[in-house]
Amino acid sequence: MNEGVRIPGSLPASEQALRRRFLEEANLVPGGERISLCLQCGTCTGSCPVSYAMDISPRMLIALFRAGHIEEILRSRTIWICASCYMCTTRCPQAIKITELLYALKRTAMDAKLYPDRFPVYVLSRTFVRLVNRYGRSHELLLLLIYYLRRNPLELLRLMPLGLSLWRKGRISLFPSKIKGVRAIRDILRGAEALELPREKEAAQYVEGVVGYRAVG
Amino acid sequence: MAYTYFPGCCMHGFARHCQDSLYAVFNALGLELRELPDWNCCGATTYSSVDEHQAFVLAARDLALADQVGLEVVAPCTACYMVLKKTKDFLGRYAELRALIDRTLASGGLHYEGRVEIRHPLEILLRDVGVKALKAKVKRPLRGWNVVPYYGCLIARPYALSEGMSLEAFDHFIPVLGANLVDFELRDRCCGGSVTGTIEEVGHRLVYILLHQAKRNNADVMVTICPLCQLNLEAHQGKIKRQYGDDVTIPVPYFTQLIGMALGLSDQALGLNKLLVPIRWDVSTRGLGAREPAPA
Repeated sequence: MNEGVRIPGSLPASEQALRRRFLEEANLVPGGERISLCLQCGTCTGSCPVSYAMDISPRMLIALFRAGHIEEILRSRTIWICASCYMCTTRCPQAIKITELLYALKRTAMDAKLYPDRFPVYVLSRTFVRLVNRYGRSHELLLLLIYYLRRNPLELLRLMPLGLSLWRKGRISLFPSKIKGVRAIRDILRGAEALELPREKEAAQYVEGVVGYRAVG
Repeated sequence: MAYTYFPGCCMHGFARHCQDSLYAVFNALGLELRELPDWNCCGATTYSSVDEHQAFVLAARDLALADQVGLEVVAPCTACYMVLKKTKDFLGRYAELRALIDRTLASGGLHYEGRVEIRHPLEILLRDVGVKALKAKVKRPLRGWNVVPYYGCLIARPYALSEGMSLEAFDHFIPVLGANLVDFELRDRCCGGSVTGTIEEVGHRLVYILLHQAKRNNADVMVTICPLCQLNLEAHQGKIKRQYGDDVTIPVPYFTQLIGMALGLSDQALGLNKLLVPIRWDVSTRGLGAREPAPA
């Protein structure tokens, strides 16, 4: 008789790998482990000024994390819509650093190269980082030019009127300024660089492990 | 009094007029700003979505440079302000992270001490000049102007302002200039930040909500303390008007522009000509502003 005995379930290997990667990133956030204290009260979603535009609300995102659906989170538009206003973080009764955890999810997504379909907002972050690494400072004109050229050059046309009026007001600098210590910065950043490995989407392979809250930790 | 000035990338770009007015007002009040030599981008909120460690290193380099100067850091962009504060907080609380970052900085011959504090220029004005002294310097009161203060997200979130400071305390600078302070319940609601550039329709909606409510509260002017909020709130007014069929036209000066106007500084020095939505002395029909000729 096997009554009362539960067989341990498990998550697909690809999901487990993503989960491990995310937890590593979340651990870089001091206090990141508090994600496990979520009450599912929905204060984050209610406070979020952009939750109306998200496919997965912040509360639901934590629920999906618990249920072992990191990939779905990484493929959502949600993490790229967040405007970093920190309202959820400030109001969370469990002091979960939701905004910081969204950064951790963004990093996991970049690392795993998992992005939402037809929603290339992540390109902005990439471009921004490249510019800063090259010049030591950001440059608005280059940032927007590169972003829109990669995304949809036609959209540049829509930006033209604003660009022109800023130009007329002398509020556009044409060339980026490179700082003197840029070489040192590159050396410093190289020392801090994280490895970026391309990832193939794996077929679900089930491996040994526990199921339920214990499986998703 | 002298401070280390951390402009941030935008003050050298689309927010030149904010920088002009900041220098003009600080000079007029006898405060000196010394730009941090060879500062780099703080990483904003964007860098940490690519690499957390590198993001901390970037901001820590600026803090290490500021440590060498030893003066309080004035950061007029609230994104820079928050990122520098966050880095200081994390490095102060987590020894392991600090050791890691310090090792990385050492390869560039720098060392993080965490001695200097980060302040927004409005904190400096209220603390080191004070409302009384500021009031005494007002030459052209903004009489009759209804002004809503808009502070945005990052000045008081997630880190609290310094001791004795609050958004309520911030509000005081408006009546000091002779203007009417109009209560604004959305003063720390998000303007969209970079979302106005990436997902236009979402960003525009956030800006629209703020502008609409300011107009509804009968404001003549909406004053901001962050260069990105300033750009967001004024750059899209035309599009929003067409899209939502609501005339939301309102001047959105940077706070030092407004203070400078009341101090009697020239339009040129304050970069008023660089605003996309012009601000004029007759912005309000309620007060004397329209009838009182500006002193030569």
